[in-house]
Amino acid sequence: MRGLAALLMCVLALRAFAIDPLPFKDRAEEVRFQNLTKELRCLVCQNQSLADSEAQLAGELRRQVFEMMQSGKSDEEIKQYLVARYNDFVLYDPPMKPGTWLLWLGPGALLIVGVGVLLNVLRKRARQAVADIDPEEDW
Amino acid sequence: MRLLPLAVFAALVCLLAFGIHWNEHHEMTEVPSPLIGKPAPDFTLPYLYEADKTLSRSELLGKPYVLNVFGSWCPTCQYEHPILTDSVKKLGIKLVGLDWRDDPDDAKRWLAQFGNPYDAVITDRDGRAGIDFGVYMAPESFLVDAQGMIRYKRIGMFTPELVRSELLPRIAELAKPLQATP
Repeated sequence: MRGLAALLMCVLALRAFAIDPLPFKDRAEEVRFQNLTKELRCLVCQNQSLADSEAQLAGELRRQVFEMMQSGKSDEEIKQYLVARYNDFVLYDPPMKPGTWLLWLGPGALLIVGVGVLLNVLRKRARQAVADIDPEEDW
Repeated sequence: MRLLPLAVFAALVCLLAFGIHWNEHHEMTEVPSPLIGKPAPDFTLPYLYEADKTLSRSELLGKPYVLNVFGSWCPTCQYEHPILTDSVKKLGIKLVGLDWRDDPDDAKRWLAQFGNPYDAVITDRDGRAGIDFGVYMAPESFLVDAQGMIRYKRIGMFTPELVRSELLPRIAELAKPLQATP
Protein backbone atom coordinates (compact mmCIF):
# COMPACT_ATOMS: atom_id res chain seq x y z
CA MET A 1 0.00 0.00 0.00
CA ARG A 2 2.82 2.34 0.93
CA GLY A 3 4.59 1.35 -2.28
CA LEU A 4 1.51 2.25 -4.29
CA ALA A 5 1.26 5.61 -2.55
CA ALA A 6 4.94 6.28 -3.28
CA LEU A 7 4.42 5.35 -6.94
CA LEU A 8 1.41 7.63 -7.12
CA MET A 9 3.45 10.47 -5.64
CA CYS A 10 6.12 9.92 -8.28
CA VAL A 11 3.59 9.96 -11.08
CA LEU A 12 1.97 13.12 -9.73
CA ALA A 13 5.37 14.76 -9.36
CA LEU A 14 6.21 13.87 -12.96
CA ARG A 15 2.89 15.26 -14.11
CA ALA A 16 3.61 18.50 -12.30
CA PHE A 17 6.83 18.78 -14.29
CA ALA A 18 5.09 17.90 -17.55
CA ILE A 19 3.82 21.49 -17.60
CA ASP A 20 7.06 23.12 -18.70
CA PRO A 21 8.88 24.88 -15.87
CA LEU A 22 9.57 28.47 -16.85
CA PRO A 23 12.33 30.58 -15.33
CA PHE A 24 10.25 33.16 -13.46
CA LYS A 25 12.27 35.87 -11.78
CA ASP A 26 9.99 36.12 -8.76
CA ARG A 27 6.74 34.88 -7.28
CA ALA A 28 4.76 37.91 -8.48
CA GLU A 29 5.67 37.21 -12.08
CA GLU A 30 4.67 33.59 -11.71
CA VAL A 31 1.30 34.56 -10.21
CA ARG A 32 0.72 37.01 -13.06
CA PHE A 33 1.57 34.30 -15.59
CA GLN A 34 -0.76 31.81 -13.91
CA ASN A 35 -3.63 34.30 -13.78
CA LEU A 36 -3.15 35.29 -17.40
CA THR A 37 -2.94 31.76 -18.77
CA LYS A 38 -6.03 30.78 -16.78
CA GLU A 39 -7.91 33.45 -18.73
CA LEU A 40 -6.81 32.02 -22.09
CA ARG A 41 -8.32 29.04 -23.80
CA CYS A 42 -6.35 26.23 -25.37
CA LEU A 43 -7.35 25.82 -29.02
CA VAL A 44 -6.69 22.08 -29.04
CA CYS A 45 -8.46 20.94 -25.86
CA GLN A 46 -11.08 23.62 -26.08
CA ASN A 47 -12.48 23.14 -22.59
CA GLN A 48 -9.11 23.66 -20.98
CA SER A 49 -7.21 26.83 -20.28
CA LEU A 50 -3.65 27.40 -21.44
CA ALA A 51 -2.61 26.96 -17.82
CA ASP A 52 -4.13 23.48 -17.61
CA SER A 53 -3.63 22.01 -21.04
CA GLU A 54 -0.85 19.59 -21.85
CA ALA A 55 -1.40 19.95 -25.60
CA GLN A 56 1.75 20.86 -27.48
CA LEU A 57 0.20 24.03 -28.84
CA ALA A 58 -0.68 25.14 -25.30
CA GLY A 59 2.97 24.70 -24.33
CA GLU A 60 4.05 26.82 -27.30
CA LEU A 61 1.52 29.51 -26.47
CA ARG A 62 2.59 29.50 -22.81
CA ARG A 63 6.16 30.01 -23.99
CA GLN A 64 4.95 32.87 -26.20
CA VAL A 65 3.04 34.47 -23.31
CA PHE A 66 6.07 34.09 -21.06
CA GLU A 67 8.40 35.67 -23.62
CA MET A 68 6.02 38.57 -24.17
CA MET A 69 5.86 39.13 -20.40
CA GLN A 70 9.67 39.16 -20.31
CA SER A 71 9.76 41.80 -23.04
CA GLY A 72 7.51 44.03 -20.96
CA LYS A 73 4.17 43.55 -22.73
CA SER A 74 1.02 44.20 -20.70
CA ASP A 75 -1.64 41.53 -20.17
CA GLU A 76 -3.88 43.44 -22.55
CA GLU A 77 -1.23 43.47 -25.29
CA ILE A 78 -0.66 39.74 -24.88
CA LYS A 79 -4.38 39.05 -25.13
CA GLN A 80 -4.63 41.25 -28.23
CA TYR A 81 -1.72 39.37 -29.78
CA LEU A 82 -3.55 36.05 -29.36
CA VAL A 83 -6.95 37.42 -30.38
CA ALA A 84 -5.43 38.76 -33.62
CA ARG A 85 -4.36 35.22 -34.49
CA TYR A 86 -6.94 32.97 -32.88
CA ASN A 87 -10.08 35.08 -32.51
CA ASP A 88 -11.98 36.12 -29.36
CA PHE A 89 -12.39 32.41 -28.80
CA VAL A 90 -9.06 32.36 -26.91
CA LEU A 91 -10.53 34.61 -24.21
CA TYR A 92 -12.53 32.92 -21.46
CA ASP A 93 -13.93 36.37 -20.75
CA PRO A 94 -15.31 37.47 -24.15
CA PRO A 95 -15.58 41.21 -24.86
CA MET A 96 -18.94 42.98 -24.99
CA LYS A 97 -19.81 43.69 -28.63
CA PRO A 98 -22.85 43.23 -30.90
CA GLY A 99 -21.94 39.59 -31.60
CA THR A 100 -21.84 38.75 -27.89
CA TRP A 101 -24.84 40.75 -26.64
CA LEU A 102 -27.00 37.64 -26.55
CA LEU A 103 -24.29 35.82 -24.63
CA TRP A 104 -23.91 38.59 -22.05
CA LEU A 105 -27.48 39.80 -21.74
CA GLY A 106 -29.38 36.60 -22.59
CA PRO A 107 -29.27 35.01 -19.11
CA GLY A 108 -30.35 38.28 -17.45
CA ALA A 109 -33.20 38.70 -19.94
CA LEU A 110 -34.30 35.10 -19.34
CA LEU A 111 -34.23 35.72 -15.58
CA ILE A 112 -36.38 38.85 -15.92
CA VAL A 113 -38.89 36.99 -18.11
CA GLY A 114 -38.92 34.07 -15.66
CA VAL A 115 -39.51 36.28 -12.63
CA GLY A 116 -42.25 38.11 -14.55
CA VAL A 117 -44.04 34.86 -15.38
CA LEU A 118 -43.63 33.63 -11.80
CA LEU A 119 -45.08 36.85 -10.31
CA ASN A 120 -47.97 36.71 -12.76
CA VAL A 121 -48.81 33.12 -11.80
CA LEU A 122 -48.47 33.81 -8.07
CA ARG A 123 -50.73 36.86 -8.26
CA LYS A 124 -53.35 34.92 -10.17
CA ARG A 125 -53.24 32.08 -7.64
CA ALA A 126 -53.51 34.49 -4.70
CA ARG A 127 -56.61 36.04 -6.26
CA GLN A 128 -58.04 32.57 -6.89
CA ALA A 129 -57.35 31.52 -3.30
CA VAL A 130 -59.15 34.58 -1.90
CA ALA A 131 -62.16 33.96 -4.14
CA ASP A 132 -62.29 30.31 -3.12
CA ILE A 133 -62.74 31.06 0.59
CA ASP A 134 -66.37 30.75 1.49
CA PRO A 135 -67.03 33.03 4.49
CA GLU A 136 -70.10 30.94 5.40
CA GLU A 137 -68.17 27.75 5.57
CA ASP A 138 -68.35 25.97 8.86
CA TRP A 139 -64.91 25.30 10.23
CA MET B 1 -53.63 32.98 -23.19
CA ARG B 2 -54.42 29.32 -22.51
CA LEU B 3 -52.29 28.38 -25.52
CA LEU B 4 -49.28 30.24 -24.12
CA PRO B 5 -47.64 27.18 -22.50
CA LEU B 6 -48.04 25.27 -25.76
CA ALA B 7 -46.51 28.15 -27.72
CA VAL B 8 -43.57 28.34 -25.33
CA PHE B 9 -43.10 24.59 -25.61
CA ALA B 10 -43.22 24.76 -29.41
CA ALA B 11 -40.66 27.59 -29.40
CA LEU B 12 -38.38 25.51 -27.18
CA VAL B 13 -38.69 22.50 -29.49
CA CYS B 14 -37.79 24.74 -32.46
CA LEU B 15 -34.77 26.10 -30.62
CA LEU B 16 -33.50 22.62 -29.71
CA ALA B 17 -34.17 21.29 -33.22
CA PHE B 18 -32.20 24.21 -34.63
CA GLY B 19 -29.37 23.41 -32.20
CA ILE B 20 -29.23 19.79 -33.34
CA HIS B 21 -29.35 20.84 -37.00
CA TRP B 22 -26.60 23.40 -36.45
CA ASN B 23 -24.37 20.87 -34.66
CA GLU B 24 -24.74 18.37 -37.46
CA HIS B 25 -23.73 20.85 -40.12
CA HIS B 26 -20.96 22.68 -38.34
CA GLU B 27 -17.67 21.53 -36.93
CA MET B 28 -18.05 22.86 -33.39
CA THR B 29 -14.34 22.86 -32.65
CA GLU B 30 -13.58 25.01 -35.69
CA VAL B 31 -12.46 28.51 -34.75
CA PRO B 32 -12.88 30.96 -37.66
CA SER B 33 -9.64 32.75 -38.40
CA PRO B 34 -9.55 36.51 -37.84
CA LEU B 35 -6.84 36.70 -40.52
CA ILE B 36 -9.14 36.25 -43.51
CA GLY B 37 -9.11 39.40 -45.64
CA LYS B 38 -5.93 40.55 -43.87
CA PRO B 39 -2.31 40.41 -45.02
CA ALA B 40 -0.64 37.08 -44.42
CA PRO B 41 1.78 37.35 -41.49
CA ASP B 42 5.40 37.95 -42.34
CA PHE B 43 7.68 34.95 -42.28
CA THR B 44 11.14 33.91 -43.36
CA LEU B 45 11.57 30.17 -43.08
CA PRO B 46 14.21 27.70 -44.24
CA TYR B 47 13.51 25.33 -47.09
CA LEU B 48 13.20 21.69 -46.13
CA TYR B 49 15.60 20.49 -48.82
CA GLU B 50 18.02 23.42 -48.64
CA ALA B 51 18.06 24.39 -45.00
CA ASP B 52 20.60 27.16 -45.55
CA LYS B 53 18.23 28.98 -47.89
CA THR B 54 15.03 30.71 -46.79
CA LEU B 55 11.71 31.64 -48.33
CA SER B 56 9.90 34.76 -47.13
CA ARG B 57 6.43 36.17 -47.54
CA SER B 58 7.67 38.97 -49.80
CA GLU B 59 9.30 36.52 -52.24
CA LEU B 60 5.91 34.89 -52.80
CA LEU B 61 4.15 38.15 -53.67
CA GLY B 62 2.92 38.54 -57.24
CA LYS B 63 1.29 35.16 -57.62
CA PRO B 64 -1.41 33.48 -55.52
CA TYR B 65 -0.54 30.32 -53.65
CA VAL B 66 -1.98 27.76 -51.29
CA LEU B 67 -0.05 27.31 -48.07
CA ASN B 68 -0.68 23.84 -46.71
CA VAL B 69 0.31 23.16 -43.10
CA PHE B 70 1.34 19.55 -42.59
CA GLY B 71 3.61 17.33 -40.55
CA SER B 72 4.92 13.82 -40.87
CA TRP B 73 3.47 13.17 -37.39
CA CYS B 74 -0.04 14.05 -38.53
CA PRO B 75 -2.23 11.11 -39.59
CA THR B 76 -4.90 13.28 -41.22
CA CYS B 77 -2.21 14.83 -43.45
CA GLN B 78 -1.62 11.37 -44.80
CA TYR B 79 -5.30 11.14 -45.74
CA GLU B 80 -5.17 14.57 -47.31
CA HIS B 81 -1.99 13.85 -49.23
CA PRO B 82 -3.52 12.11 -52.29
CA ILE B 83 -6.14 14.89 -52.48
CA LEU B 84 -3.40 17.49 -52.68
CA THR B 85 -1.76 15.48 -55.44
CA ASP B 86 -4.92 14.67 -57.37
CA SER B 87 -7.19 17.69 -56.84
CA VAL B 88 -5.33 20.74 -55.55
CA LYS B 89 -2.29 20.40 -57.81
CA LYS B 90 -4.55 20.23 -60.87
CA LEU B 91 -5.93 23.70 -60.12
CA GLY B 92 -2.70 25.16 -61.46
CA ILE B 93 -1.98 27.19 -58.32
CA LYS B 94 1.33 27.21 -56.52
CA LEU B 95 1.30 24.86 -53.55
CA VAL B 96 3.64 25.68 -50.68
CA GLY B 97 4.03 23.14 -47.87
CA LEU B 98 4.66 24.35 -44.35
CA ASP B 99 6.21 21.50 -42.41
CA TRP B 100 4.91 22.36 -38.96
CA ARG B 101 6.91 21.50 -35.79
CA ASP B 102 8.41 18.48 -37.37
CA ASP B 103 11.81 16.87 -37.61
CA PRO B 104 13.10 17.75 -41.11
CA ASP B 105 14.47 14.23 -41.57
CA ASP B 106 11.06 12.73 -40.75
CA ALA B 107 9.41 15.14 -43.18
CA LYS B 108 11.85 14.18 -45.94
CA ARG B 109 11.19 10.50 -45.33
CA TRP B 110 7.44 11.13 -45.31
CA LEU B 111 7.56 13.01 -48.62
CA ALA B 112 9.87 10.40 -50.15
CA GLN B 113 7.43 7.68 -49.18
CA PHE B 114 4.19 9.31 -50.28
CA GLY B 115 5.48 11.69 -52.96
CA ASN B 116 6.00 15.44 -52.80
CA PRO B 117 3.01 17.43 -54.07
CA TYR B 118 4.53 20.80 -53.12
CA ASP B 119 6.21 23.37 -55.32
CA ALA B 120 8.20 24.44 -52.26
CA VAL B 121 8.43 23.06 -48.72
CA ILE B 122 9.47 25.28 -45.83
CA THR B 123 9.94 24.28 -42.22
CA ASP B 124 8.61 25.75 -38.99
CA ARG B 125 10.29 23.52 -36.48
CA ASP B 126 9.34 25.28 -33.25
CA GLY B 127 5.85 26.30 -34.39
CA ARG B 128 6.36 30.07 -34.18
CA ALA B 129 5.27 30.81 -37.74
CA GLY B 130 2.32 28.52 -37.07
CA ILE B 131 1.26 30.74 -34.16
CA ASP B 132 1.47 33.82 -36.40
CA PHE B 133 -0.84 32.12 -38.89
CA GLY B 134 -3.19 31.07 -36.09
CA VAL B 135 -2.60 27.40 -36.84
CA TYR B 136 -3.93 25.11 -34.14
CA MET B 137 -4.16 21.76 -35.87
CA ALA B 138 -2.92 20.01 -38.96
CA PRO B 139 -3.68 19.97 -41.76
CA GLU B 140 -4.72 23.55 -42.36
CA SER B 141 -4.60 25.43 -45.65
CA PHE B 142 -4.52 29.11 -46.54
CA LEU B 143 -5.26 30.66 -49.90
CA VAL B 144 -3.06 33.75 -50.27
CA ASP B 145 -3.56 36.11 -53.20
CA ALA B 146 -0.95 37.89 -55.32
CA GLN B 147 -1.02 40.88 -52.95
CA GLY B 148 -0.22 38.64 -50.00
CA MET B 149 -3.74 38.77 -48.51
CA ILE B 150 -5.29 35.69 -46.92
CA ARG B 151 -8.50 34.99 -48.80
CA TYR B 152 -9.60 31.69 -47.36
CA LYS B 153 -8.66 29.17 -44.70
CA ARG B 154 -9.50 25.52 -44.47
CA ILE B 155 -9.18 23.96 -41.00
CA GLY B 156 -8.75 20.23 -41.37
CA MET B 157 -8.22 18.19 -44.49
CA PHE B 158 -9.45 18.96 -47.97
CA THR B 159 -11.73 16.51 -49.65
CA PRO B 160 -12.24 16.47 -53.44
CA GLU B 161 -15.74 17.95 -52.80
CA LEU B 162 -14.32 20.79 -50.68
CA VAL B 163 -11.68 21.54 -53.32
CA ARG B 164 -14.49 21.85 -55.86
CA SER B 165 -17.00 23.75 -53.73
CA GLU B 166 -14.74 26.00 -51.63
CA LEU B 167 -11.25 26.31 -53.07
CA LEU B 168 -12.01 26.38 -56.80
CA PRO B 169 -14.52 29.29 -56.74
CA ARG B 170 -12.20 31.31 -54.50
CA ILE B 171 -9.28 30.83 -56.85
CA ALA B 172 -11.56 31.95 -59.70
CA GLU B 173 -12.38 35.06 -57.65
CA LEU B 174 -8.73 35.98 -57.35
CA ALA B 175 -8.88 37.61 -60.76
CA LYS B 176 -11.05 40.27 -59.15
CA PRO B 177 -9.29 42.60 -56.70
CA LEU B 178 -10.14 42.29 -53.01
CA GLN B 179 -12.65 44.77 -51.62
CA ALA B 180 -10.96 47.12 -49.20
CA THR B 181 -11.36 45.78 -45.67
CA PRO B 182 -11.59 48.10 -42.69
